[in-house]
Amino acid sequence: MLVIDALSKVYADGTQALARVSLTIEPRTFVMITGKSGCGKTTLLRLIAGLDQATSGAIAIDGKPISGTHHAVGIVFQEPRLLPWLSIADNVGFGLTHLPKDERQTRVAEALRRVGLAEQAKRWPRELSGGQQQRAAIARALVTGPKILLLDEPFSALDALTRADLQDQLLTLWQESQTTLIMITHDVDEALLLADRVVVLQPQPGHIVADIKIDLTRPRLRSETSFETTRRALLAALDRPLVELDR
Amino acid sequence: MTEAFANASLAGRPSKAASKFRLALALPAWAYGFILPVCFCVFWEMSVRAGVVQGRLMPAPSRVAETLFNLARSGELLTHSAATVSRVGAGFALGAAAGTLIGAICGASFTVRRFLDPAIQALRAIPSIAWVPLFILWLGIFETSKIVLIAAGVFFPVYLGVLGAIASVDRKLVEVGRAFRLSRSALVFRILLPAALPEWITSLRSGLGLGFMFVVAAEFMGASEGLGYLLVDGQQLGKPDQILAAILAFAVLGKTCDAMLVLLTTPLLAWQDRVRDRL
Repeated sequence: MLVIDALSKVYADGTQALARVSLTIEPRTFVMITGKSGCGKTTLLRLIAGLDQATSGAIAIDGKPISGTHHAVGIVFQEPRLLPWLSIADNVGFGLTHLPKDERQTRVAEALRRVGLAEQAKRWPRELSGGQQQRAAIARALVTGPKILLLDEPFSALDALTRADLQDQLLTLWQESQTTLIMITHDVDEALLLADRVVVLQPQPGHIVADIKIDLTRPRLRSETSFETTRRALLAALDRPLVELDR
Repeated sequence: MTEAFANASLAGRPSKAASKFRLALALPAWAYGFILPVCFCVFWEMSVRAGVVQGRLMPAPSRVAETLFNLARSGELLTHSAATVSRVGAGFALGAAAGTLIGAICGASFTVRRFLDPAIQALRAIPSIAWVPLFILWLGIFETSKIVLIAAGVFFPVYLGVLGAIASVDRKLVEVGRAFRLSRSALVFRILLPAALPEWITSLRSGLGLGFMFVVAAEFMGASEGLGYLLVDGQQLGKPDQILAAILAFAVLGKTCDAMLVLLTTPLLAWQDRVRDRL
């Protein structure tokens, strides 16, 4: 279980990105964080990842407070960020160098197979399409078996077809691995199609304005009435003026 | 590649007149570079033979070629070239290793850089030749002082290249290393150095170029063999043909060493998404 307690972040220039954000995330849930640009969603994710330090507040995994990067937390960035000088297989195995060679190879091969890149193992990152590169990045993060996988708008740079494809794949990977997924998106439909729970942030400073549980059964279809109802609720949370929310 | 492409487009050309016009230019890619020097040599040779210029100070290309041939046949050319190349090789290895090591440490550690970089930059401002008298006093007239001088010349471009390359590594890739909880030294070896590799190789090439520059200075300061010695000897005995022969040998050696460096390092850069410069 991930517990975020009154997390605040003030940047060096004085901008407050997050103000006392608290959130409890049960294991194995798929949580989407959404909100307008500048609402602090990426800041929140970077704090959980340990890439930035919070100004105040605490983060704990299974009751143990964490600071800095943690082996139980993996991250997939907006861009694939593969290391161009390593083959796809070596990129995926980047976090496994402490393992003996055979075990590493077995796990890399398995991870590549699961994201459908078994054939591309020996290629350079530049030889892959954007969607394939992002799949390799997901494999790289998942292969170490993190309890929590953070994804920062991982599909935002992809075309609609590739994105739909990767969304399906991510769902399958999540169901197989049973990791907690925390993903940022600015796409309401993406949130509704994938998540168990959608957390909506509002800016100035970033705070949570809505926390919506999504009970729709998977696979979800946009054409269902319940989908549309939840969608409206979510859109309302995103657009509601701040004054009304504070009440 | 360019060559094959040019030939292919040539073959596809139907008009005979056009292909005739093209034929004059359809040389292999490397041959273009020879056109100007060859024309220049022919012009020079003719000028000397016609008596327009004095052959005694401006020996004709045929004369230079003859000298070069004689030096080669007697084995002198090999001896002198070997002496020069081994000096450059030793100095380059020393300077490049030191430049890479210190550049990498300064690039990876802000604290070390703050202490070391200003001093190194100050030393860099001194023309390396100015060290010659001191090196001779300290290290004697023989090989050591020469190799150290060359190493000093090679050190600076390599140091600057590595430092600059590490400073310009994409922050986003460094963050990947942090996300995988790499230690500082792992970050250097697994992210910073590989990312800096292309610029490092470029800096090695300029270092090698400087190595050849400094070997001449080193051999001027008193040597009994080496191409630099041939230059001094040619000046003192009034043999301009020998000077030109040595200069030619320098050109060929320098180019060959650079080409070998490129050839050796090309496999390291196979991952790069760019057209590699031809030699």
